[in-house]
Amino acid sequence: MTRPDGTGLPRTWRKPPFIANPALRYGLWLAATVYLVWALGSLPFNWERIGEGLPRAARIFGGGFPPSFERSGLLISGFKESFQIAILATLLGVALSIPFAVMAAKNVAPRPIYLFGRAVIIVSRSFHPVIVAILFVAAVGFGPLAGILTLTIYSIGFVGKLLAEEIEEIDWGQVEAMKAAGAGYLATLVYAVFPQILPRQVGLSMYQLDSNLRASAVVGIVGAGGIGGTLMNAFGRYDYDFAFAILLTIIAVILVSEGISGWVRKQIW
Amino acid sequence: MVDHADALADRVWRRYDRKQRLIRYAVLLATVLVIYWAVRDIDIFWPWVWDAPNQISRLGARMWPPDPSRLAAIVNALLETVHIATLATALTIFIALPVSYIAAQNTTPNRACLWLGRFILVASRSVNTIIWALLFVAIFGPGVLAGILAIMFRSVGFIGKLMGEAIEEIDRRPVEAMEATGASKAKVIAYAIVPQVMPAFFAIVILRWDINIRESTVLGLVGAGGIGVILQGAIDTFAWPTVATILIAIVVLVLIGEAITSLLRGKVL
Repeated sequence: MTRPDGTGLPRTWRKPPFIANPALRYGLWLAATVYLVWALGSLPFNWERIGEGLPRAARIFGGGFPPSFERSGLLISGFKESFQIAILATLLGVALSIPFAVMAAKNVAPRPIYLFGRAVIIVSRSFHPVIVAILFVAAVGFGPLAGILTLTIYSIGFVGKLLAEEIEEIDWGQVEAMKAAGAGYLATLVYAVFPQILPRQVGLSMYQLDSNLRASAVVGIVGAGGIGGTLMNAFGRYDYDFAFAILLTIIAVILVSEGISGWVRKQIW
Repeated sequence: MVDHADALADRVWRRYDRKQRLIRYAVLLATVLVIYWAVRDIDIFWPWVWDAPNQISRLGARMWPPDPSRLAAIVNALLETVHIATLATALTIFIALPVSYIAAQNTTPNRACLWLGRFILVASRSVNTIIWALLFVAIFGPGVLAGILAIMFRSVGFIGKLMGEAIEEIDRRPVEAMEATGASKAKVIAYAIVPQVMPAFFAIVILRWDINIRESTVLGLVGAGGIGVILQGAIDTFAWPTVATILIAIVVLVLIGEAITSLLRGKVL
């Protein structure tokens, strides 16, 4: 858009493009388009079945409203189990995350142990809790035990990773002071390292409890106990008004627990 | 706690006053009681707990060595998983951006829009991906569409919330300057808001893509496409060596995703 006013310069200012190099800019657009076409083409969509979606959605939402709290006994016992799974898994997970965090901290662990600790944390973080849950259900059977084991692993992965980073950033002076006084490895850990990471550990535990409560709602879908199992059953029996009641309660519980855990963490930090 | 420390306590420095100490003991007591309740009340058959390590190691033994014979199918399913995650993340952007715009206090047109935006964000984030998947499988039938929609519905809340916060933190002055020149709403967004939130936008989308890769590995467990379908099939047929191969493949995929993420992050930020 140049204006013939004699200067030959464009009178309209244009925004400089985000990526200056035009080849790269158009190359990226082209690559993105090619990828989208390829991905959409390779995915198996069952259009016939998808076409039935709207009437089905109408039936599901029609069946779901108003949500029915008639079987509140089932609802309460499901949530109670979810709470218990979350509490016990947080307890176990947080306790176990301490040794793994020590192993996975570069500055306090010898190299082979460091690599082992890192590997444990990476593997337990790679798997979604639902995948771990089906493995534990296969190993120890249906029920809350599988859920507790799953969320323990999940907690070790998360708390262990952040705690290890915390240990790597501690003030080294206290450790040196302990060593200079001739303290052993364990005494150094207990008196020079742990007091420095304790506040963080308490905050992380609260966060993990909240996060475990969320996760405990989904591990039940594969049979690992808690409200998720109740939800799955309600869906399976086309019992949509009860399923929607469960969903609403899950949302309410998560909002409340998020609020509480946020408040507690604010008090601690 | 050493005994004689108490006797000396009056003379030495105390970290907490009496009220703080009482609160700390009360919290500790409450925690112990809750844990006691959870352990006593939970519906677990305790002999199974003591047998669990045994069962888990037996499951591990059944998985070893991994059987790579179905590797081609597994790699295909992994590609499908990546496609689901990438397409869903890309599509989410188109929904999340307008929602974040109306959910940010400084850009929302009016209070009704603000609360609508906030409601969408909270509703989206409170329901887990796998529960969204359950709902969409019931509506559209099993398949990748249900998976893509599930990931989208969960990601809108995540991307929208973080983008909304980024928009709330922008510098007002460019906006005011543009408004003073009589620029249209669209131009204010394009020239005063977008450039300021661009870096945050890329960082958030990349982060969510990384999360979505992990999330999409489990969609198949409720029938919503990806590697989870094969995993569920292998578990149902007790093909444990194949399960092991799939698990290793998932770890590799997640690590590749993490490597790409950190590479992109280095490039963008």
